[in-house]
Amino acid sequence: MMLRLDNVTKVYKVGAFGGKTLTAVDRVSFDVPEGQVVSLIGESGSGKSTLGRMILGLVPVTAGSITLDGAPVRPGKEYYRHVQGVFQDPFSTFNPVFKADRVFQLIREAYFPAATAAEWDERVRAALRDVRLDPDQVLGKYPHQLSGGQLQRVLIARALLLDLKLLVADEITSMLDASTRIDVLNLLAEIKGRGLGVLYITHDLSLGNYLAERTVVLRHGTVVEMGATDKVFGRPLHPYTRQLLSAVPRLHDPWEDAEPVTSCLYHDSGAAGGLAEAEEDHFVACARLEGCREERLEGRPGGRPEGVLKGRLEGRLKGRLEGR
Amino acid sequence: MTALQEAAPRDPRDPRDAAAPVSGRREALHFALRNGKLLAGAGVVLVLLLLGLIGPLTIDAPPNEYVGPPMQGPSPEYWFGTTTFGQDVFAQFVYGLRTTFAAGLLGGVVASLIGMVVGFLAGFRGGLLDEILNMLTNIVLVIPTLAVLLIINAYLGIRSVAAQAIFIGLTSWPWAARAIRAQTFSLRGRDFVDLARLSGSNTWKIITREIAPNMSSYLLLTFILLFGNSILIASSLDFIGLGPTEGVSLGLMLQNASQWSAMQLGMWWWFIPPGAGITAIVGALYVANVGLDEVFNPKLRET
Repeated sequence: MMLRLDNVTKVYKVGAFGGKTLTAVDRVSFDVPEGQVVSLIGESGSGKSTLGRMILGLVPVTAGSITLDGAPVRPGKEYYRHVQGVFQDPFSTFNPVFKADRVFQLIREAYFPAATAAEWDERVRAALRDVRLDPDQVLGKYPHQLSGGQLQRVLIARALLLDLKLLVADEITSMLDASTRIDVLNLLAEIKGRGLGVLYITHDLSLGNYLAERTVVLRHGTVVEMGATDKVFGRPLHPYTRQLLSAVPRLHDPWEDAEPVTSCLYHDSGAAGGLAEAEEDHFVACARLEGCREERLEGRPGGRPEGVLKGRLEGRLKGRLEGR
Repeated sequence: MTALQEAAPRDPRDPRDAAAPVSGRREALHFALRNGKLLAGAGVVLVLLLLGLIGPLTIDAPPNEYVGPPMQGPSPEYWFGTTTFGQDVFAQFVYGLRTTFAAGLLGGVVASLIGMVVGFLAGFRGGLLDEILNMLTNIVLVIPTLAVLLIINAYLGIRSVAAQAIFIGLTSWPWAARAIRAQTFSLRGRDFVDLARLSGSNTWKIITREIAPNMSSYLLLTFILLFGNSILIASSLDFIGLGPTEGVSLGLMLQNASQWSAMQLGMWWWFIPPGAGITAIVGALYVANVGLDEVFNPKLRET
């Protein structure tokens, strides 16, 4: 399984009679391979949820393509058999007038109409046990009688009933308390072990770091940096990534302000998707990466080093790349 | 009011009271049975409805037959007296109730159906469809019903209760559509709508099985208001002579009483029953509506 996003763009029409446009997602390309967690990190309004909703087919794509195993995505029953989502607010994801286990019923009606009641009950119970819930504790309850962590796990169990290939987890832990959060994250790690791909959308860097093989950092609808998680987190190259990382509170460590993201020093042309490969499996946008770009891209076809560099930044970046 | 105050401390969501999980529906019933306004309103409507349904079965002659002595006040034989022509006012009243309920029900159902379809579609689909349906709603909203009816009556003539009720239904749905549209609009952004999509539900299924159940109380209230509204309009139309020309209804009784100077002749028994009947039905419906509102809306319940 491989979900591939190729120059995916979303433009919203806003204003009276759609006179103005708003680009929420701008030419984003990345893959979610099977058995891997890819975390999509970005601040509010960065377009990360829009991306998730486009992958789920809830929002149409303006330009570019999303393919699953090479076939273009066609939202519908067949697609949702393989691709499912879990959303941020568990209490809003359940229809408050129905019991929580109705989400299983909907799946049964749509995908397993032939299953007998006993068969289906056994499958639901097995799925609930898979997500470490006691079936007797959650079946027959209303959403307001269950906790947020239980509800999110019910939703994951719901997805597991299907022949799932990809799970889009959109901020699924942001409404949970710290201890429940880690349970749900471990659950996602387990799901990954079954060969599923997980797109983990979050604004929380440490959670992304904990779980993901690969990380995509999104800002204002474009990818600023992506690659193997240890590389992106260990040697952040883009000023925005560094700013994000320095905004993570640490114990016994006073916060320091990263240098603000200023305008980009030179715009790239030629690099695929506007991204330059800084090292293996580590891509950075549009060379707001100053020194690195010069060092790494020299001699590369299409690479066009420009020497407008700020000395201070350059030194710092070199230090970072050489492993401090 | 006292029933409300008694009911308030026993909130089923209160953890102290959570021995048995109380479902939403059972909770509504719990409060409904303790709501004085709802019980009183529903009681009055039910009594009059039964009277309209059963009453005509006990009366042999058609309501407009000249059965008795003219201009007689209420008596054991003619409970509500007789008209100038010797028609039995009680017979007319019970038959009139039946017609009036029928007109209100049919008009209310037609208006509710159109209002729901337009409101749900406009609110859920949004975009261009919303603009078009909104325009249609606003146009119907500002159509002068009375003038249109005069014209229709002049050309086609409204002869039956059903035609009158359908006309009322066709002209009184806009505000219901607007209200339902607004509610739908706020519900369609909820995640459970997306989850239903991910479960393979289509738009129709999402509207009927996810959104409508969420506002079932709202829809019920809308229907009750449209029902009362239809009765009022039907009676007014009958009274000014634009109603059905056949049969008998409470509005027609009022029109006849007025036409034959019942008030000047002191024949109070001719016009008070139909007038009181209309007032009682519509008033009771509105009181029941307020009671239902209190049942479904916890904010009103806590006072």
